[in-house]
Amino acid sequence: MEGLCKSFNIATPLETEILHSIDLTLPRGEFCAVMGPSGSGKSTLLHIVGLLDRPTQGRLAIGGQETTELDEAALTHLRAHEIGFVFQYHHLLSAFSAVENIMMPMLGDAGFASDAMLARAESLLGIMGLAHRRDSLATNLSGGEQQRIAVARALAMKPSLLLADEPTGNLDTKSADTVFSLIREVNRSQGMAVLFVTHNPALARRCDRIIEVIDGRIVQAQNFPSL
Amino acid sequence: MKSWVPFEWIIAARFLREGRLQTLFITGGVAIGVAVIVFMSALLAGMQGNFIRRVLTAQPHIQLLPPKEVVRALRGHNYDGDEGKNVVESAELQPPLQRLKSIDQWQAVVAQIRSMDQVLVVSPAAGGSALVLRGSTSRAITLNGVEPDTYFRIVALPSKVVHGSARLNAGDIIIGMELASDLGLDSGDKLRVTTAAGASNILTISGIVDLGNKGANQRSTFVALHTAQSLLGLPGGVSNIDVTVRDVYAAEVVAREITEKTGVQADSWIAANAQFFSAIQAQMTANTAIRFFVGLSVAFGIASVLFVSVVQKSKEIGILRAMGISRGQIMRVFLLQGGLLGLLGSIAGSSIGAAALILWHRIAVGPDGLPLVPITLEVPLFAAALALALLAGLVAASAPAMRAARLDPLVAIRG
Ligand SMILES: Nc1ncnc2c1ncn2[C@@H]1O[C@H](COP(=O)(O)OP(=O)(O)OP(=O)(O)O)[C@@H](O)[C@H]1O
Ligand SMILES: [Mg+2]
Repeated sequence: MEGLCKSFNIATPLETEILHSIDLTLPRGEFCAVMGPSGSGKSTLLHIVGLLDRPTQGRLAIGGQETTELDEAALTHLRAHEIGFVFQYHHLLSAFSAVENIMMPMLGDAGFASDAMLARAESLLGIMGLAHRRDSLATNLSGGEQQRIAVARALAMKPSLLLADEPTGNLDTKSADTVFSLIREVNRSQGMAVLFVTHNPALARRCDRIIEVIDGRIVQAQNFPSL
Repeated sequence: MKSWVPFEWIIAARFLREGRLQTLFITGGVAIGVAVIVFMSALLAGMQGNFIRRVLTAQPHIQLLPPKEVVRALRGHNYDGDEGKNVVESAELQPPLQRLKSIDQWQAVVAQIRSMDQVLVVSPAAGGSALVLRGSTSRAITLNGVEPDTYFRIVALPSKVVHGSARLNAGDIIIGMELASDLGLDSGDKLRVTTAAGASNILTISGIVDLGNKGANQRSTFVALHTAQSLLGLPGGVSNIDVTVRDVYAAEVVAREITEKTGVQADSWIAANAQFFSAIQAQMTANTAIRFFVGLSVAFGIASVLFVSVVQKSKEIGILRAMGISRGQIMRVFLLQGGLLGLLGSIAGSSIGAAALILWHRIAVGPDGLPLVPITLEVPLFAAALALALLAGLVAASAPAMRAARLDPLVAIRG
């Protein structure tokens, strides 16, 4: 992305620019931590990158595809195929079981369920170590389990970019570690890029790179040698 | 998840199943509305059908009568003043005595009517008033001279016989059961019939019939056409021509066509029962209004439940949108829920309505043990109720569905 700006309440007395001229390139397969104080604009940045929001200025390309000119339907399609989301809260569909929740993005894209989808969901369930929870309703899982299902759901469509907004924020240290490790593992094995917002320096240090957002600017980018 | 069920159906069905209580209550509401519509409509149709059946088993669909005799006023031609108007000299006109008259060229008229597509049976008849004498008592009667071959296809006298048979030879007469009991008569008895024309004849009672109402049973008698012609002083003539048509509701149109073709005045049973039809019309209008308002309240109920559901599910809708589910898909999920609620409700409602009708059929019986209003459970009625509820559900769901589709995933997820 280049020169990305975001303002809210445009053309009102409350108009404020939250993001100022952000330039960021995320290579395929890179695991990037996003840190910064509360209210600095991390979530806003993720929403724009995730095509849930549009920048007021600047350009954004995903996998070489320019997005600023695309219409709503094209953005939705791109979201379905290229981007996976994990939020602080899992937002699982309460009427569906664990495996069905993981199938959901594939089901929505294809229109009908298939055996291949089920197989993919089950394999993700296995990777998340939750094969035994296959048919539990989403509401009957623990917080850590729910977040792992949410991660599996985000990975279902094999996105090239995973956007995680404090996915471990609500979890205890052990669950947080499990969730992070799982994402890291999949990132290594499948090679999708990750933007991982966290307030936890210990987790951030395990990423390829840390960027720090303060008052809507990237003030620091730190690289770690990938082991 | 079955592989043949589309995504939207899966989600809609699960949402409905999850909100069990809401689904149950609104389905109940829809069901009651549909049951009322089904019950009322069937009852109304039953009453209408019943009346029409009663009327039409005792009278022809169309009757042709000779023109009434009128007296023309004598007009003077005194042009006083410059108004140039005809002045009626004798303002008082006496209505003429209606003599029994034959329809001109009736054989030709009958042939003409028989050739019409819509017409089933044409039966010439000669009718008039007469007096029956039995010992010292007498009764005024209506004498109907008919051709049994054709007339019995219009009014099925043989099926109304309670004593004797529906034989109509030259010396036979069929009388109503009320007249028979008044005069203490039975089939096989003889009877003297006298008319104003001065003719008199002794006839044998071949059958006693029940015409379904007391007045008719007191007055109506049937004889062969020739017998009536000679008694009424109408040799070779007929006083009316009775017609039945294929489509009873088209009778008025056919009657007008007959008048146009033959020049003879033709009255349809619809014109003769205009009052009944305006009453039915009023009931139909009321029924339509009730249908409309019940449909409206069903729609409001479904809409409010779905609005609540959209709010409840806004986070889930948001995440679905974030994962790339389109606006159209979200919209269809809620439209489907509306349609399904309407459908479920109308299936339940039709069952309740049908059960109520069957119950009513058993309870509301006349003194003879037969149902007051014979009701038939007709498929089109239920199909219409189903379609109406489905439509109401879809229309009702459109506003909440639009709202769900327009939901900003960001606001939903953050909120
Ligand atoms: N829709 C909006 N309208 C107006 N202001 C907004 C809107 N969304 C976010 N903001 C403002 O933008 C700023 C950045 O918000 P953002 O959620 O990106 O911060 P953050 O870095 O994710 O913080 P946290 O660490 O607490 O999650 C905040 O001051 C917030 O009040
Ligand atoms: Mg945030």
